Amino acid sequence: MYVAVKGGEQAILNTHKLISETRRGDPAIAELTLTQISEQFGLAVDRVMAEGSVYDRQLAALALKQAQGDAMEAIFLLRAYRTTLPRIAMSEPIDTSRMTIRRRISATFKDLPGGQVLGPTYDYTHRLLDFALAADGIERVQAAPAAEPLDQLVPRVVDFLGNEGVIQDERDDGQDEVFDLTRQPMSFPAGRDQRLQNLARADEGFLLGLAYSTTRGYGYNHPFVGELRLGEVTVEIVPEELGFPIAVADVTVTECQMINSFRGSAEQPPQFTRGYGLTFGHNERKAMSMSLVDRAMRSRELGEDVRHPAQDEEFVLSHTDNVEANGLVTHYKLPHYVDFQAELQLVRQLQTEYEAARAAAQSKEAAE
Amino acid sequence: MSDMTTNYGDDGYNFAYLDEQTKRMIRRTLLKALSIPGYQVPFGGREMPLASGWGTGGIQITASVLGPDDRLKVIDQGADDTTNAVSIRRFFQTVADIAVTESTEEATIIQTRHRVPEAPLTEGQILVYQVPEPEPLRKLIPRESETRKMHAYAEYGAMQVTLYEDIARFGRIAKTYDYPAMINGRFLISPSPIPKFDNPKMANNPGIQFWGAGREKRIYAVPPYTSVHNLDFDDHPFEVQTWQGCCSLCGSTVSYLDEVITDDKGSRMFVCSDTDFCNTRQAEAPAQTKVAGGQS
Repeated sequence: MYVAVKGGEQAILNTHKLISETRRGDPAIAELTLTQISEQFGLAVDRVMAEGSVYDRQLAALALKQAQGDAMEAIFLLRAYRTTLPRIAMSEPIDTSRMTIRRRISATFKDLPGGQVLGPTYDYTHRLLDFALAADGIERVQAAPAAEPLDQLVPRVVDFLGNEGVIQDERDDGQDEVFDLTRQPMSFPAGRDQRLQNLARADEGFLLGLAYSTTRGYGYNHPFVGELRLGEVTVEIVPEELGFPIAVADVTVTECQMINSFRGSAEQPPQFTRGYGLTFGHNERKAMSMSLVDRAMRSRELGEDVRHPAQDEEFVLSHTDNVEANGLVTHYKLPHYVDFQAELQLVRQLQTEYEAARAAAQSKEAAE
Repeated sequence: MSDMTTNYGDDGYNFAYLDEQTKRMIRRTLLKALSIPGYQVPFGGREMPLASGWGTGGIQITASVLGPDDRLKVIDQGADDTTNAVSIRRFFQTVADIAVTESTEEATIIQTRHRVPEAPLTEGQILVYQVPEPEPLRKLIPRESETRKMHAYAEYGAMQVTLYEDIARFGRIAKTYDYPAMINGRFLISPSPIPKFDNPKMANNPGIQFWGAGREKRIYAVPPYTSVHNLDFDDHPFEVQTWQGCCSLCGSTVSYLDEVITDDKGSRMFVCSDTDFCNTRQAEAPAQTKVAGGQS
């Protein structure tokens, strides 16, 4: 006779041993070190830091190692760890115009003060497999440093447009408390602080898809990359006992300012508007997607029709978080014996009734 | 190409990268596109070693029409020296080993993004446009199933209405680029994001014009000497952009000008976006004093 196994504690312990074994792979192959991951899988680490919202390369590398390179699992690990950390302070807003620039491009002006700085980008590589990378010990090409260092202060492109008054003015709204998605529940209508925070942690793939939909007609806004910049910025905090800002860290960030045309409304003159994206680490795709979706979600305040998914803040904000999305979708793997049994009973009963009703109708037809 | 980290010249890729069957399929598409001017012909677009939306449609067309004796010119925003143009030109130099040129006149094939060269084309030349969004009606109706029906019934009233709405609201048609054009009196096209300044150059052109949308897998064409009508109204006729000044480098008053920010205070100058046109003019008039124009 078959008896259902109770508990499953032993089975769970065994899966842990199995993943440990699978993660390690062939023991004859040297084990990956965290430094190797953080140095050579830099972009994977950056994504995990951004969506895990913890700026720590070592931890992100550890999460990636533990998750066998599965970005979403690694993000999950980091988020869960993040919960256990106390909040020491709120930083001052970072000043990206003082960024130590590694890459800075504008698609709106051919040339501009500070220049176009291509930096490290795959954009102009041809996507052909480089078989030389498969070999060990091949000497890699190295870039020679520029003769002149870049300016300390590289003006932001949208500020030029701002000075001319052709782009919608944006400034600090003087609000003391910034919405904190990690401590407060989501609320609607959501302020821009809440929306941007959500997008900064949002799943890159989902955000990319939403951003793509806005450019393919589901919420059309023709975007121009006003500026995309990558580099290091200093994070400062003002400790209460000191009363002046002190630098606590240098972090790598990617910032994107997207310019969109706006034909104006009854209250506002025709002008450009912007979408904003900022992420930890080198995450251009994410920063661009973020700024596109940010702009799409401003439809309501700009008096545009809200007709498409990317413009609907409730739709977007409720579905961007991959830790949450992953949780609900994968929970279907959990046992659902009890509710399924209830459904099964009901379907059987309804089927019987359906058949009976049909048979009755047929016999009535035959009689007529 | 010793300066490149990837060397694919000798890795056994076919001439111009694509295999012969793919090229034949694309050439058939091109013939069909020429036979039905302005009609978007679906084709089996391939994955290319460049991101979709970066010119893969144009590259697939160029690869299919390119022969060993061709001279290829690649421009982006009208310029031969912009990053994307350099990258694509380098691609064809390595996978097809063909001659390249920056001269519009000398080129047999010109692949472009965003501009039609200022210098007129001649018979036998092929202009290949990279186009991100082939469907002119998409912004009005995002669903492909609907827009295809609208093309079938030549139902273009919706586009005319959006232009009218601009007039009602702004007193003018507010479309500045990707200006809808009717080809041969039948199909409406999205003429790639070229500024409307370039639309008149498409009409009755002696050259062959192809548009390739790789991501959306559509090709369309305007054969030589074909009519191109830019949608407008009798009392609001189609008109193109004009500038107050002239090019700061060559003094041209007839070309499309780009704005360049020159200092932190936001000073600007205007220069031709078509680098070959500008350079040619500068070379032809070395004695002539340069006219500084367009400063603000």
